[in-house]
Amino acid sequence: MQLKNKTRINGALASATCALLGVQNVAAAQTDDHSWKVDAALLYYSETDRVEATEPTIKAQKTFANDQKLNLNLVVDTLSGASPNGAAPTDVVQTFTRPSGNDSYTVQPGDIPLDDTFHDTRVQVGASWDAPINRLTRYNVGVNLSNEYDYTSMSVNGGLSRDFNKKNTNLSVGVSYAADTLSPEGDIPTPLASMAPAGSTQPRDASSENKDVADLVIGLTQVLTPRLLMQFNVGFSESSGYLNDPFKIVSIVDANGRPVDYIYESRPDSRSKQTLYWLTKYHLPFGDTLDFSYRYMTDDWGIDSHTLDFHYRWNINDTVYLQPHIRWYQQSEADFYRHSLSDSEPLPQEVSADYRLAEFDATTLGLKFGYLLGEGKEFSARLESYQQRGDNNPDDAIGVQKNYDMFPELDAVIFQVGYSFTF
Amino acid sequence: MIKHILAVGMASIALSGCSSLGAQPWERDILAKPEMQPVAAPVDTAFDDHIYFSKEASSGGAGFGGGGCGCN
Repeated sequence: MQLKNKTRINGALASATCALLGVQNVAAAQTDDHSWKVDAALLYYSETDRVEATEPTIKAQKTFANDQKLNLNLVVDTLSGASPNGAAPTDVVQTFTRPSGNDSYTVQPGDIPLDDTFHDTRVQVGASWDAPINRLTRYNVGVNLSNEYDYTSMSVNGGLSRDFNKKNTNLSVGVSYAADTLSPEGDIPTPLASMAPAGSTQPRDASSENKDVADLVIGLTQVLTPRLLMQFNVGFSESSGYLNDPFKIVSIVDANGRPVDYIYESRPDSRSKQTLYWLTKYHLPFGDTLDFSYRYMTDDWGIDSHTLDFHYRWNINDTVYLQPHIRWYQQSEADFYRHSLSDSEPLPQEVSADYRLAEFDATTLGLKFGYLLGEGKEFSARLESYQQRGDNNPDDAIGVQKNYDMFPELDAVIFQVGYSFTF
Repeated sequence: MIKHILAVGMASIALSGCSSLGAQPWERDILAKPEMQPVAAPVDTAFDDHIYFSKEASSGGAGFGGGGCGCN
């Protein structure tokens, strides 16, 4: 029994470490044999009036002799629908050129301008290897490839972790480097250039651009009691290159709030981000488990964010559990975020009206149902709602903008079914 | 700022004596449960990371920052 438990805690700490290092596929393989453990799931994500996505995924983990683990994963992501293009609502019909430059679309007075042409299929594959160096130290290496019509990402990662204090303390360090290439429909728009009418020559710089992201995560996991553990991570992330969203524009409006021009957004070409993450997991004496995490993020774009996340796993009996989930998120706006620009002010060097760089709050409420079928089999389903709320009536709204909701509120439903098994 | 908070946090844990905390090898059964792993549901976590990466300005923390998509 003791030997078995030791094997289990090795696995547990290994999983903890991999979690720190960003290795996604670390479902604690509790089985002591060397079979495959497979997690298959289907996600359906739907925003009211906007984007809809369907994502099947499969993760497989094989444990070899000497506790070496191979993880493989595949995600296919099919997305379609409309996304805010950044322009502000106003009281006249607005006409926008599609990214291809060949066509246009119109938006009715009062509506948040949405570009309704998004449809894409993304395929992501990943592999990682996690193995012991000695009794207390493990290493891991991994690669990920993601490809869609207008975007390719390749990343490599690696990490080391070491146990201390009878394996009650684990220190880890992980690094990741990603090289992304964007080649959007209609090429890369010139930042700050005016959107040209459909059919005419468009302001374009190149057919593709690159972005690099380097990450470092240092983590400490501490078992406090036989039923309580905590994890503290600090993360550093440096992005450089083309950090614009090529499809986002900014309205330039007159004193009445009516558009006189639309320009392509212009973000800085680098971003430094730091995160602190603190997780607590507690197993209650009567068998339920709760976890709580807090994340603080700050970056040199002027964005600070706070994320609180809470799960309570209510084990109804040995085979069925229900798990409520609450998440709360709040971010401040980027220094260069503007819902629109006035035609009476000089053009700033950096500006974006992407709502994701605005100040907003977001709330997630969810419930997961799990059914354990024995021999490592589990069926699960979860349903969640996600809402974003921002400043609909900003103080600096211009003219008729005061009559309209200036933040594109987001309401989404997340539904997921999953099945896990071993063979 | 963030470095200071981390340094203080790590130092307090070190000073409070990690060696006196924890579980003995024979007390590990609860810690070994799947639901007590820091990432208890890797598939859910991966989906969530992807959703929030594409809808918010923050990512990462528990692990790397996610990404690898255009996410317009």
